[in-house]
Amino acid sequence: MTAADVLHILPLIILAAGVLIGMLGIAIHRSHIGTVVITLCTLILSSAALRAPMLASDRYITPLVRFDDYAIFFTGLLFLAATAVAVMAYGYMRGRDIVREEFYVLLLVAILGCVFLVSSTHFASFFLGLEVLSVSLYALVAYSRSRQTDIEAGIKYLILAATSSAFLLFGMGLVYAHAGTMELAELSRLAGAPWQRSDLIGFVGMGMILVGIGFKLALVPFHYWAADVYEGAPAPATALIATASKGAVFAVLLRYFGAMEIQIRDPFFIIFTVVAIATMFTGNFLALLQEDIKRLLAYSSIAHMGYLLIAFLAGGGPAVAAVTFYLVAYFITTLGAFGVITALSDKETDFSHISNYRGLAFRHPVLGVILAAMMFSLAGIPLTAGFLAKFYVLLAGVGSALWLLVLVLVANSVIGLFYYLRVIIAIYQPVEPAPDETPSPHPHGPAPSGSIIGGLVLAVLTLLLIWLGIYPGPVIHWIGTFAGNFT
Amino acid sequence: MILLWLFIITVGGGIAAWIVGWWSSTAARWASLISLCVDFALLVFVWVAYGTAGGSTSDQPWLLQFDYPWIAPLGIRFHLAVDGLSLLLLTLTAFLGIAAVSASWTEIQERVGAFHLTLLLTLAGVMGVFMALDLFLFYFFWELMLVPMYFLISIWGHENRVWAAVKFFLFTQAGGLLIFVAIVALYFIQGRNTGVYSFAYRHLLGAAVPEPLAFWLMLFFFLGFTVKLPIVPLHTWLPDAHTEAPTAGSVVLAGLLLKTGAYGLLRFTLPLFPKESAELAGAAMTLGTIGVLYGAFLAFAQSDAKRLVAYTSISHLGFALLGIYTGTRLGLQGAIVILLAHGLSTGGLFIVVGALQERLHTRRMDELGGLWSSMPRLGGVAMVLALASLGLPGLANFVGEFLVLTGAFAVSRSLAVIASIGFILSLIYSLWLIYRVFQGPERESRPNVDLGAREMAVFGAIIAGIVWLGVCPQPVLRAAGPAVESLVNREAGVESPPRSTETNTAARWVGRAVVSSSLEAMHDSR
Repeated sequence: MTAADVLHILPLIILAAGVLIGMLGIAIHRSHIGTVVITLCTLILSSAALRAPMLASDRYITPLVRFDDYAIFFTGLLFLAATAVAVMAYGYMRGRDIVREEFYVLLLVAILGCVFLVSSTHFASFFLGLEVLSVSLYALVAYSRSRQTDIEAGIKYLILAATSSAFLLFGMGLVYAHAGTMELAELSRLAGAPWQRSDLIGFVGMGMILVGIGFKLALVPFHYWAADVYEGAPAPATALIATASKGAVFAVLLRYFGAMEIQIRDPFFIIFTVVAIATMFTGNFLALLQEDIKRLLAYSSIAHMGYLLIAFLAGGGPAVAAVTFYLVAYFITTLGAFGVITALSDKETDFSHISNYRGLAFRHPVLGVILAAMMFSLAGIPLTAGFLAKFYVLLAGVGSALWLLVLVLVANSVIGLFYYLRVIIAIYQPVEPAPDETPSPHPHGPAPSGSIIGGLVLAVLTLLLIWLGIYPGPVIHWIGTFAGNFT
Repeated sequence: MILLWLFIITVGGGIAAWIVGWWSSTAARWASLISLCVDFALLVFVWVAYGTAGGSTSDQPWLLQFDYPWIAPLGIRFHLAVDGLSLLLLTLTAFLGIAAVSASWTEIQERVGAFHLTLLLTLAGVMGVFMALDLFLFYFFWELMLVPMYFLISIWGHENRVWAAVKFFLFTQAGGLLIFVAIVALYFIQGRNTGVYSFAYRHLLGAAVPEPLAFWLMLFFFLGFTVKLPIVPLHTWLPDAHTEAPTAGSVVLAGLLLKTGAYGLLRFTLPLFPKESAELAGAAMTLGTIGVLYGAFLAFAQSDAKRLVAYTSISHLGFALLGIYTGTRLGLQGAIVILLAHGLSTGGLFIVVGALQERLHTRRMDELGGLWSSMPRLGGVAMVLALASLGLPGLANFVGEFLVLTGAFAVSRSLAVIASIGFILSLIYSLWLIYRVFQGPERESRPNVDLGAREMAVFGAIIAGIVWLGVCPQPVLRAAGPAVESLVNREAGVESPPRSTETNTAARWVGRAVVSSSLEAMHDSR
């Protein structure tokens, strides 16, 4: 390993060092704010170090890791998510009577796993990244040990994620037995040849790997964990699962399985089409009547993974551009929505029942507007990033003449709009105070779990949302620079 | 640049109204009124400076343009342009905007700043729709006008506002997404054919779309626009949305948002798919005729005055659809006149009903009655508007509906004859409205709350517009001429024949018919 190699994986090294420093810091002196500062510094330094690989040439660091433009882009996105989650968690944890500091260390570990995942080039690093991510998520989901729902969510996530890992591992074994290689790029080349009858083992292995990935992305029929885990986990942890975990796994799916073009091969194409349609309809229908906004977002995120599959199925450069842009928009929107939920949560419970949001626009006007903007973005209404993301998916779908999927997308957008509007209606419904209730002394008081820096992050996310919705040219250009390499 | 200013002034006025609305409601009202008046003045300036000169050649029909790259990697441009048709509708937008602001001057007392912000954003979206010449940009505005309209209904509306707003949003969004899919498909097809990927209107015109697909894409456009128009099986959102919206919302909905559907048909569906549209013409004309009769029948059956007016919109725009799909010069001209006339007369009627509700807190016709004696001015205004709505010669609607029927007669006599029954039905429901609200015995003694000077000024302007359109429709027909000509030519596949002689004869003919029939009417009444 040369000095250039070290420079190349500097972001990973800084991240790992940050984890250790954070842990040592906690051992020496427990300090909530200190840990947050260490976490944020790690993320910022690591982001700054992303410049380093860009200077060096694109190459493999050992057969396991490759930091190319694609990986760098997604790493940046993951750091954005991690920063937002850390800041949200600061306001959320501050008022709670629990051990707070380890949350940030676990967060950094999870992000380390995600970054490893998006830069993996080998089954070993793929699996390693996924497990690092999963194990830290088990702890994060069940972080508030005093609450029943958290433990339940943690156990559910543990069992299902462990099962999916087992599928993944078995699938990898089968593929290795068939192809004799564990390098993803090599596999892509092997898979380029047409399938034959004797390829059955490899075929089954590939299918099992996809089952494992399907669990992580909560695609139908592997979506059962999503709603309970979203509901039970602390809001910042949910935000992390919804964004970083799903985004990183989709990035891998797109990079290697997209390159294998399994999505345009016959058996897989049909399977993916059926899964995409089922995912969209199931997610949207189940979201329709949810009374808990975290569950609603869980089902909505299932539906969004279905939309992403359409872009994925389109294949080639347009698919990469569409998926990447969609993920960017989805990250910003989801983080913003969970940011508002987090800021409103009080010491005991998460602020998640829809009826809680009645009249939010009049109690907390800014938070109300932000949440409404995020809902409009999820629904794909113009001026928001979500609109262009949906446009991009349509562009990819129509460009590859996936008419059935495009029409299903249209139908689902309308279904989806209904429940996003439910939230928006609640936000803008005036509430008449009950007669026996004395009006609150501070009608415009600060949000229970808000913090100045949390507000700043929400403002930045909202500005990004609108900027991407109005003037996405630069981002599209940036994505185009590496999306073109995939064609 | 003027076009961009129109947009900026409207949005800026809304934001200004919102900001000053924190301190003073009156200031917010003035801010939005002034910005709309500036818009109107700008449009008058455009009429004077460009309306008469140039821009009439068929290869460069645009009077004014603003073109700027927006999302360059995807070939999306911020391209605004107007021709006579757009300019007419823009003027209507600014005019009805002013009417809407003054109609809600005393009606809206809560969150006044935010109300004007949403109202002006809706108007900005509508203006964008009438100006956009890049199909992506068009869709952008198309969706954009929905969101503030949704808030307008769901926050400031009446009893059942939330459901009405959601229904409105879902219907139009479903239609809009179909349009969007068709736009994207067109973009790819023309991109593959020519190697240039662009959403520009000119670029996509005349795209060679393979056969079965072309019909579907046309149908997507047609459905998306006719949900807004609306045609009969897709109209169910309309009565709810119109009834529950605040007065300004109803005026904007009926006067402008429905017009965007017709404008979409004229500007996009017909020019982009002339051949497929011709295939659909028979069905579309039938749907239009059904709309004329169905809307009129249901209007008669209502007991809620506002709902009655809402159903008349379906009837009037049925005429517009019939006219658009005749493909004849007279039919298209008639449809365009109907768009303007309906905007004025129905917008006016909504303001009348709004004024009633504000004063008497009811819209139910069985609780009203005999109001003429206590509110003679309102009664007189309502009478004139109802007469316009029933198609009295000399008022605007007559010109449009007469031209449409004449145009339709040349294409399908049976449909024209059936649609003309609509005249009789509109007579019944209009007079029924007047009878039940203003005539008959007075139920109870009402306080003297007749129209004030502000309201009279608004109604005066609306009625002046209706009379002007009814007696002298020629300027409107001339302004819409190039757009109509290019549509007729495209439909016939003819290379620009000598134009405008027939237009003028037709207009003169209508004028003569108007004068003679109004003379007859005066004679009879004596």
